[in-house]
Amino acid sequence: MALRHFGLAATLATTLALASPAHAVTELNWWHAMTGGNNDIVNKLADEFNASQSEYKVVPSFKGGYADTMNAGIAAFRAGNAPHIIQVFEVGTATMMSATGAIKPVYKLMADAGEKFDPKAYLPAITGYYSTSKGEMLSFPFNSSSMVMWINKDELKKAGVTDIPKTWPEVFDAAKKLKAAGHDTCGFSNAWATWAHIEQFSAWHNVAIGTKGNGLDGFDTELKFNSPLHVKHLQNLIDLQKDKTYDYGGRANAGEARFGSGECAIFLTSSGYYGTAKGTAKFDFTSAPMPYYPDVAGAPQNSIIGGASLWVMGGKKPEEYKGVAKFFTFLSDTNRQAKLHQESGYLPITKAAYEKTKADGFYEKNPVLQTPLKELTNKEPTENSRGLRFGNMVQMRDLWAEEIEAALAGKKTAKEALDAAVARGDAILRAFEKTAK
Amino acid sequence: MEKSAYFKGRLLPYLLLVPQLVITFLFFYWPASQALWQSFLREDAFGLSSDFIGLENYQTLFAQPEYYKSMLTTAVFSSLVAVLSLSIALLFATQADKNLKAAPAFKTFMIWPYAVAPAVAGVLWIFMFHPSLGTLARPLRAMGFDWNPLLNGDHAMALVVMAAVWKQISYNFLFFLAGLQAIPKSVIEAGAIDGAGPMRRFWTIVFPLLSPTTFFLLVVNVVYVFFDTFGIIDAVSGGGPAGATTTMVYKVYADGRLGGDLGGSAAQSVVLMVIVIAMTAIQFRYVERRVQY
Repeated sequence: MALRHFGLAATLATTLALASPAHAVTELNWWHAMTGGNNDIVNKLADEFNASQSEYKVVPSFKGGYADTMNAGIAAFRAGNAPHIIQVFEVGTATMMSATGAIKPVYKLMADAGEKFDPKAYLPAITGYYSTSKGEMLSFPFNSSSMVMWINKDELKKAGVTDIPKTWPEVFDAAKKLKAAGHDTCGFSNAWATWAHIEQFSAWHNVAIGTKGNGLDGFDTELKFNSPLHVKHLQNLIDLQKDKTYDYGGRANAGEARFGSGECAIFLTSSGYYGTAKGTAKFDFTSAPMPYYPDVAGAPQNSIIGGASLWVMGGKKPEEYKGVAKFFTFLSDTNRQAKLHQESGYLPITKAAYEKTKADGFYEKNPVLQTPLKELTNKEPTENSRGLRFGNMVQMRDLWAEEIEAALAGKKTAKEALDAAVARGDAILRAFEKTAK
Repeated sequence: MEKSAYFKGRLLPYLLLVPQLVITFLFFYWPASQALWQSFLREDAFGLSSDFIGLENYQTLFAQPEYYKSMLTTAVFSSLVAVLSLSIALLFATQADKNLKAAPAFKTFMIWPYAVAPAVAGVLWIFMFHPSLGTLARPLRAMGFDWNPLLNGDHAMALVVMAAVWKQISYNFLFFLAGLQAIPKSVIEAGAIDGAGPMRRFWTIVFPLLSPTTFFLLVVNVVYVFFDTFGIIDAVSGGGPAGATTTMVYKVYADGRLGGDLGGSAAQSVVLMVIVIAMTAIQFRYVERRVQY
């Protein structure tokens, strides 16, 4: 997979090198992390924008995974040649927010450029994530997603599972049946291990990931995800891992290929996987809401968003900022947003685009794309399900994943692993608190 | 009759040394001093704020059990890679040194892997050994062997060791082959006439005469496993599972670049630098004594 993207990036780079501009066009660099079908969408968006006017030229470059892209941006900033626009995943939000001076807030960008901009036009469930407590939008939501459960309907039918499982015990049962029916290397699995089993799991069950509203209300937050419910869930996974009724799928999204290949018939990952699933899965598939434990009062609550937003880097020329503002207006266009949503599976970011997709009757034909929206708006968000904002989250996710891996490999009990993940995470939060002023 | 030329001025010799000194300063002393300085600072990822915090980065570092674990991992990883890549390369070199028909082709093929970039090497090995997608992992699993480098730390370690060894064999092979060809045939023939078998000839004649090459390769290989295997680890295992393949240099990268903790990462580089300098010194002091030039 990595090779394919490398090839694509290389072709792109050569094409760009050959196509030297005939007259002075302001180039706007856009670094992104979109792979598979969504990579094509990014390139198409840039092409359309470049064709729509002649003053600016958006140049997208693929910079690797989310963490790679963010780090490439940070390194470039330190070296004094940051791109204009950089796609940063939602867990990098706290780091970007605290970097005043390195970034240009979107609300300011739009005001300075005199571009028409109404923050109320955007879906609050999404923009809330990327705004200050005063409601000033700092970054531009680009691809928002949530976690859903992808289902291989053909294989479920073969295994004799008639209803799509709704709760965790039902998922475990279905996975056992799948295993008995020949899926002996994978009953169910997931990508983004910590996002699935810590972050989304907590919000969906209305339990805290950390204090201070999961960090949204201040950097002096402490982690809380070693509760009995979390321990119970991890213990279930440990037990099922032993005979591969559950099979761990790695930290990032490489495991998604196991759903597309048919190996895993139940797979939790981002709703943004739709673009790739549509292209690779040769079977009847759908998405369903994440499972929950029925004995937890109030579950399911609502899910939180993932995906990424576009940050504008600081220290650029005013006319370049004007171009970036124009590009954002271009992206917010209702028809374009609706189309983007329908093609990629990422959520619509404006209310109008959502209404339009609904009015077009799109969801009746494609209920898959409504699953994440239903999850996000399932209930009025609580302190525990508004979202999360932790500093150095990229590193923290790796620590958490390490502990989950140790538990699944049988080296630690569920309780030991989660206690260690919380303790190590807290140490990182304290270090971040000292640098973020 | 002795011929010697000398220059009167003192300036010229120093002038001739300048390029070398400038390069050493620019590419070694300056970055090293930067790392040292940064290890006393606490900075945010963007470098917008920085505080002098003395030895706090070192204190935090040595309070982490994970750091000691990464030292142990490094010890295991580097001994495995150094021993395996040296011995396999030596075996291949002795075989290629014989009068074989296909020796030139064999030699060329042996050198190819060295031209592969570490990250690409890592990706190749992942293609073969990814538990559910790998072309070689599937037969392994079909045979009932529960191959799973995603969760089993020993499997992941075996995989990165294989990739790192595979990558380094060519280099070692090349030097060993050159070393073998420099050994005068007459010495070996004399041994043969005296009735020494091939094994005995190898251990009593060839191996000792090859020791300068072996020593050089040992030093180079240790530096290789400490620093250059990072790309392979990043591509193959990302330091996981549960930190089982996080070597010291990978931790420098993970904490510094992924974690944005540049001070802590710099402190680790300083520690790593000290260790490698010490090890090289030990090698020169004690191992080199046994080398016969």
